[in-house]
Amino acid sequence: MKANYGYKDGSGEFFITIDTDKCNSCGDCAKVCPPKVIVMITNDYDEVVPAVAEEHRKKIKYDCAPCKPISGPRNLPCVAACKPTAIVHSW
Amino acid sequence: MVEFWRWKEYRWTAPDADWKNAGTISCGIDVGSVSSQAVIMTDGSLYAYSNMRTGSNSPDSARRALDWALEGTGLKQENMHFIVGTGYGRINIPFANKAITEIACHARGANFMYGPTVRTVLDMGGQDCKAIRCDEKGKVTAFLMNDKCAAGTGRGMEVFADLLQVHIEEVGDLSFKVDKEPPPVSSTCVVFAKSEASALLRKGVPKNEVLAAYCSAMAHRIFSLLERLGVEKNFGITGGISKNRGVVDRLQKELGITSLQPRYDPQVAGGVGAALFAKSLVEKQRAGLVAR
Amino acid sequence: MITAGIDIGAKTVKVVVLKDGKVAGKAMDLGGFDQKGTSDRLFRKALAEAGVDIKDVKMIMATGAGKGEFPHANDPVTEVTADARGANVIHPKGRTVISVGAEEGRAIRTDAQGRVVDFAVNEKCAAGAGAFTEAMARALELKVEELGALSLLSTNAVPMNAQCAVFAESEVVSLVHAGTSKQDISRAIHDAIASRISSMARRISVENDVVLIGGVAKNKGFVESLKRDLATEVFVPQDPEFVSALGAAHIAFEKASKQGGS
Repeated sequence: MKANYGYKDGSGEFFITIDTDKCNSCGDCAKVCPPKVIVMITNDYDEVVPAVAEEHRKKIKYDCAPCKPISGPRNLPCVAACKPTAIVHSW
Repeated sequence: MVEFWRWKEYRWTAPDADWKNAGTISCGIDVGSVSSQAVIMTDGSLYAYSNMRTGSNSPDSARRALDWALEGTGLKQENMHFIVGTGYGRINIPFANKAITEIACHARGANFMYGPTVRTVLDMGGQDCKAIRCDEKGKVTAFLMNDKCAAGTGRGMEVFADLLQVHIEEVGDLSFKVDKEPPPVSSTCVVFAKSEASALLRKGVPKNEVLAAYCSAMAHRIFSLLERLGVEKNFGITGGISKNRGVVDRLQKELGITSLQPRYDPQVAGGVGAALFAKSLVEKQRAGLVAR
Repeated sequence: MITAGIDIGAKTVKVVVLKDGKVAGKAMDLGGFDQKGTSDRLFRKALAEAGVDIKDVKMIMATGAGKGEFPHANDPVTEVTADARGANVIHPKGRTVISVGAEEGRAIRTDAQGRVVDFAVNEKCAAGAGAFTEAMARALELKVEELGALSLLSTNAVPMNAQCAVFAESEVVSLVHAGTSKQDISRAIHDAIASRISSMARRISVENDVVLIGGVAKNKGFVESLKRDLATEVFVPQDPEFVSALGAAHIAFEKASKQGGS
């Protein structure tokens, strides 16, 4: 399943896509995310997978901002930690 | 004061249906931020449902929706074998046995409403917009939900209906009573689109054209959300705005795909899906697979 | 030498006239339905205050969303450049400029000369600009100044879930029905927008001194919430909404001086 968390508003499109078919439930992404935007959940189909925590879903542009400075090198810890490349950011 | 955005609330019971003979009576309650529905199914067939405006608190809205759905049926809450709560207020329905996300429920509900060929579901609700890909069993294979931004939601449409002093139920038809299709409003943001619309009205642009310009912009916005997910036939639309052909017709034109016609009121898809999940859970319990 | 800067914003138009780099005249008003007409009228008003004629003006720079609307401008200058320059003139120690107007929020990191080092913009979304507080004030049937003042009286931080001006309005109505005090609701509103603005600012890394400009800088509730969120002092100049036009006028002065003559 491809779970897209985030939104599109007047200022742009901001989505974190988690491919639960690729995910091996290791939980590393949730461990390395500084603001705890990524958390592990048990979904409606009883799979243990990462998701964007509910309290962050409407503000991911702001909450992910510390890992996305305007200038300087880009390093997304969640993406780097995921060996099966199940996490993708749209911005 | 006329409230131009208020739509009609209603309830329905299946004619000639008798719950007393049913093996499984399951219930799904969908408490959305704008509307709430209670759906009762007997052995997986629709028995009764209600559709009303959500009140100031979720448990109360769930209770009222359920009571109204049950009205005149003789059926009581105690007769029901399992209740699943869904929607924005799902965590707050104290008498539900389980809560399941609206994404899963809409996919399951759409599978029931549109049949097992549906693969892409678009739900346009009061305060959100969901795009869901599912398989032939109604299981979710991909989803996208926007509940951050009012653009493309029922609430955004209500703001316009109010500005233009048009009844929400008339928006669709009026938006096509134009000489030519106007260009869409340029702002995605409802607040800025409203300023833009006010300026157009001041310039003497007729109301219907302004309405058309907004519906066109909303259709395009929803189209771009769907593009991110990819649209696979067959396509089905659920939720309140599915009744607004001002947006739906323009969206279908841009997609080049027409939505299937639903068997029942598309606004109850979430509740139906929840009731179907409830039925499965009852069956699992009876088979000893799940603890009560 | 007479130079001028005009800032045609989404809501208001501001004009600053300089005589040898010092403010000699200024004017501001709502842009209204006829931005072009308003710009012209305000320009002449500012010139009159400066005691000069239009033919005396050596150079005019226009900035703001409507910069194309002013026919007398020699050149356009981006809002970010004008903001940075204007802030540097009024507060030379400033290294981070936060500019919040009616429809757009910007964060700019500057050097000692007021040049732009880095910037981030929050555009086309009412939740990140003055339109947000205005919509909330309307929902509570208050003036924005009253809303801002109320916020300072709150001692209780109530979170706001909505990240959209339209949904926030519904949420505010719910909070009122739930009995939350207007002070606390007001603080929640200002905390919400301040949080978005400071998150944007952190993307260009906030360096002291922080200068806040633009019309929203006049909102005391917003300033307080921003200071709290950034955990640093925030300098608000007098007439914060004129700073961008001032910057444009100074850039005109610099350019005209380089070209020689008086």
